[in-house]
Amino acid sequence: MTNFVNTLGIMLYATLIYMTPLLYASLGSCFSEVSGVVNIGIEGMMTAGAFTGTVVAYFTGSPWIGFLCGGLAGAFFGMLHALATVSLGADQTIAGTAINMLGPGIVIMIAKVMFNSTDTIPLDASMKIPRLFRGVFDTSTVFGRFMDNVFANYAATYLVFIAALVVWFVFYKTRFGLRLRACGEHPQACETLGIDVLKMRFACVCISGFLSGLGGAFVTMAISNQFRPISIVGQGFIAIAAVIFGKFRPHGALLGCLLFGFCSGLKVVLGGSSGIDMQLISMIPYVVTVIVLILFVGKSRVPSANGRPFIRAK
Amino acid sequence: MNKKKSFLEFISEKRFIHILISILLGFLVGAIFLAIMGLSVGAAYGRLISSVTSLKGFSYVIVYSIPYILTGLSVAFSFKTGVFNIGCEGQFVVGSMAAACVGILAGGVPKILLIPLCFLAAMLAGAIWGIIVGFLKTKWGINEVLSMIMFNWVAFYLSNYIAGFPAIHSDGTAEATKNISENASTLLSKGVIDSLGLCPTANWGILVAIAATVLAWFIIEKTTLGYELKAVGSNKFAAEYGGISVNRSILTALGISGALAGLGGALQLMGMGSRISIFSSQEGFGFAGIVVALIGCSNPFGALIAGIFYGALTFGGSKLNLVGAPTQLINVIVGTVVFFIAISIIFTRLRFLKKKPKPKVPDKKPAEEKGKEAASE
Repeated sequence: MTNFVNTLGIMLYATLIYMTPLLYASLGSCFSEVSGVVNIGIEGMMTAGAFTGTVVAYFTGSPWIGFLCGGLAGAFFGMLHALATVSLGADQTIAGTAINMLGPGIVIMIAKVMFNSTDTIPLDASMKIPRLFRGVFDTSTVFGRFMDNVFANYAATYLVFIAALVVWFVFYKTRFGLRLRACGEHPQACETLGIDVLKMRFACVCISGFLSGLGGAFVTMAISNQFRPISIVGQGFIAIAAVIFGKFRPHGALLGCLLFGFCSGLKVVLGGSSGIDMQLISMIPYVVTVIVLILFVGKSRVPSANGRPFIRAK
Repeated sequence: MNKKKSFLEFISEKRFIHILISILLGFLVGAIFLAIMGLSVGAAYGRLISSVTSLKGFSYVIVYSIPYILTGLSVAFSFKTGVFNIGCEGQFVVGSMAAACVGILAGGVPKILLIPLCFLAAMLAGAIWGIIVGFLKTKWGINEVLSMIMFNWVAFYLSNYIAGFPAIHSDGTAEATKNISENASTLLSKGVIDSLGLCPTANWGILVAIAATVLAWFIIEKTTLGYELKAVGSNKFAAEYGGISVNRSILTALGISGALAGLGGALQLMGMGSRISIFSSQEGFGFAGIVVALIGCSNPFGALIAGIFYGALTFGGSKLNLVGAPTQLINVIVGTVVFFIAISIIFTRLRFLKKKPKPKVPDKKPAEEKGKEAASE
């Protein structure tokens, strides 16, 4: 029993920690996709954020400044994407592919020049994002140990749930959110009503970059303590998958991220003990996603104007 | 029509001009980065050029470019038919693994049989991987981009899993499969390589790549099947109305696209790798295919040239550290090229800058007439 509760606690902890970067990026992706801009450049924006976050934290000694700068680095690449796709009407898939090459390319090159290695110098524990509830719970009882396991998480994990709530509120309870959704459904109608579609989309893509950058920074400043070229690999795409899974809604994306996080957690718990091949366990999240889609979720309705550049009539 | 105007029109209409401009801009941005880092632009680019222009260097380029050509073809083919095959990576991996299984387990089969067998196994595996995704889309309406991303990872872990099987796993300590049988190798004979001074992994896979290019072009441009696929790609409702089965077309397109990617995996294995390692992250041949297809204007012959260009950059880039420049410069250059290709759509608006049409008068009249006609009816 004690063992089970312990494992459950670790499981929950792992789920939360692995879903955090995905959720940041997914929330970002929601902004972009819902406003009508396909953003497959999330991966590149995350990588930029991951590198910038660790480097700034390393030199300033402050994890929060690093975390914020990670977001800003993502926002910079978001701005590039917005410039190409929104302002110049470029093909969104092509521009996103370019971001996915440019982001990692530039930061790994800078890493090479700065540190003479593609990895950054590992952060000290004090430079990582702090753990909020360390030592709050009494670990002598079973329940206390459970709580201590679960809440050993980093502060940014709790922050992302607040962020999700805020994003949900913005999307569905504010005028900005209504306009944002309208831009993705029928930009021409928005324009008729005096909404500046280009400005809205530009802002949304930048926000998506910022959130993705935060997600990337979390990977290198909490889950691990240094940037390596393979820090992010694939997570940006998983975040996009979570958004499609959640039918382009922030609360749906949260569920998607929870699923991926849970499966990663399962990997951690089963990995050491069960004797099942590690490669097969690693496959679980992806197979489960497809099965869940077939059984429960079904068709995902893409915002009508998603992927189509909006060119203003003269 | 004066000469200047036609020149502008020429620039605005020719796609390959946009691509050439983008490539130049890419190298320009690369040069700016080099200058910022305080490195010699001349030394770095000189090294890049000198390492790919010698005979030995060029043979490396060709060898490097083979998988990129195939994945580029795969993505280009899917673009033509209105699907975005981001699952190319997974199809490449399963193709490679299928070829490895055949190449190791059926090692005793004579060369003339074993090589086609490996190709076939790889193409079949790639095609199945593509068709599964198509099936999920046509049967349950599951977004293909999502399932492709999932299947890329399933393929990756599946490959690692299979590589661990005792029958296939290396006898030594290496985290990899056994080497494939000599009979499955596409390497040129040692004598030929030495006498011509080619690179040690010189192989005739490029001929297969060229054949695949011609075949893909032929299917798209010269067959009814290709016509149907293109019709679905440009307007699936019109195609359906015209009596084309959209679902079947999607499955066919993904099948062919997957087979091309799978073949790429086989060629890479049989020419260069000769065994499959257990990786900790995806290798990215499929993602490179997206870039190659974009640089090649989604045209099979374009993909062939772009694949060789990409191969040259990859190989040349690996030599950059000899002059103290980071290898990753290549990714920056290629990323910039793709970025400018994306925004090169503004070139197509150049001609509008030049000739301002008389505002709206000619537009209005037919509209009025139409209105009248409608009223009179």
